[in-house]
Amino acid sequence: MVSETDIRAYLEEVSDPEIPVLTITDLGVVQQIYLQDQTWIVELTPTYSGCPAMQQIEVDLLAKLKEKGVPNAQVKHILSPAWTTDWITEAGRQKLRLYGIAPPVNEPDKTALFSEPPRVSCPKCNSNNTRMVSLFGSTACKAHYQCAACQEPFDYFKCLK
Amino acid sequence: MQESALFEYVLRLSDDSLILAQRLGEWCGHGPILEEDIALTNISLDHIGQAISLYDLAAAIEGKGRTHDQLAYLRYENEYKNVLLVEQPNGDFAMTLLRQFFFDAFRLPLYEALMQSPVEQLAAIAAKSVKETRYHLKHSSEWVIRMGDGTEESHQRAQAAIDHLWRYTNELFYEDAHDQALQAAGKVPSMAEMQAKWMATVTSVLQEATLEIPKNNWKFDGGREGRHSEHMGYILSDLQYMQRAYPNMEW
Repeated sequence: MVSETDIRAYLEEVSDPEIPVLTITDLGVVQQIYLQDQTWIVELTPTYSGCPAMQQIEVDLLAKLKEKGVPNAQVKHILSPAWTTDWITEAGRQKLRLYGIAPPVNEPDKTALFSEPPRVSCPKCNSNNTRMVSLFGSTACKAHYQCAACQEPFDYFKCLK
Repeated sequence: MQESALFEYVLRLSDDSLILAQRLGEWCGHGPILEEDIALTNISLDHIGQAISLYDLAAAIEGKGRTHDQLAYLRYENEYKNVLLVEQPNGDFAMTLLRQFFFDAFRLPLYEALMQSPVEQLAAIAAKSVKETRYHLKHSSEWVIRMGDGTEESHQRAQAAIDHLWRYTNELFYEDAHDQALQAAGKVPSMAEMQAKWMATVTSVLQEATLEIPKNNWKFDGGREGRHSEHMGYILSDLQYMQRAYPNMEW
C-alpha cells in the first residue's frame, strides 16, 4: 500500500510542460493528498486561470501515478487560497535561474497602478542593469526583459501575489 | 429567487470575459508589434480561464447538469448577457486598448469587492482573477498614456476611440432586480460604488494621458438583457462554429 509520502515523492518526477526544469512540487501547486473511498485525491492549485499547462500537468500526473502502480488517483482543482509565486520553492528558483529564467523578485506594492518595473537581475551575467521590454512574455506567467550589460534577452517569472 | 439571481450575475461575468477573450483573440498574428500580439493573446487566455471557472460556477448554481462548454458554445444570441462594450470591433490598436482599459478599470474593483463575498466559490474565483486583472489594467493604462501623450497621430486616435466607446461605458454599471436582491443580501457590491471607483481610475489615467472625457452623455445599453449590437452574431458564428459543426467535440 502506498502512502501519502510515496505519492509526494512520485510527483517530484512530474515536470511543468512549459518549464521542464521545474517539477510540480517546485512550482508549489500540489496541496493536500489524501485517500477517499479507495481513491487517491491530489489537490492542485492552478497558477493562471487560463494556463494551458494545467491540463497537461493533470494528464502527466495521472500517467506517472499509474506507472508507479497507483491507478486509482484523481486530481481536484483548488482555487482558494489562490496560488502565488511565493510558493515556488528555493530549489525551484535556483533551477529557473540556471535555465535562463529570472525567478520572481519581491514586488512590494503590487496593487499600485503605476510603479517602476521590478529590478530583475540577468540570469546569465547577474547584472542588475536590465530593462523590461514587455509586461507579457512567452507565457502568461512571464514578462520579457533584456540585459543591458550582456544584451541577453530573457524571461522573468512575474511575481504573482 | 436568489439562486436564479446569482446564476444570472455569474453568467454576466463569464459572458463579459468570454466575448472579450474572443475579440482579443482576433489579434493573434496581427498585433502591431510582436510583444503586443503576445500580450493581447495572453490577456485573452486569462479571460478564457476566468470564463471557464465562472461558467462552472454558474452551471453548479443552476444545477441542470450543463457544462462550461455548453454554456459557452450552445446558447442563442439573446441568452448572452455580456455588456455591449466587449463585443465592439477591435478597430485600430487604440480602439482595442481603450476598450480594454475601460473594461479593466471596471473589473479590478469588482473582483476586489467580490473577494469579500460570502458566496465562497465566487470569492475564490475573484481572489484568483484579481491578480491577473491587475496586470491587465497596468498594461492597458500604460498604453492609454503612451498613446494619449505620444504623437499627434496616436493622441488623435486614442481620443477618437474614447469618443466612440464612451457611450458603452455606462452599461458596465447596469443594475436590475437580480443585482438589487444580491446586494440586499450582502453577496455582491453596489454598482454605484464600482462606478465611483471606475471614474476615479479613468479620470486620473486620461488626465495623465492628456485625453478628454467626452461631454456627450449619449448612452447605449441592452447587452445585460440579451439585446446585442449587430456585431454579436458574427462573433458567435465564429465562436460556435466548431461546436455546431461537430456537436460535443472536446479538445
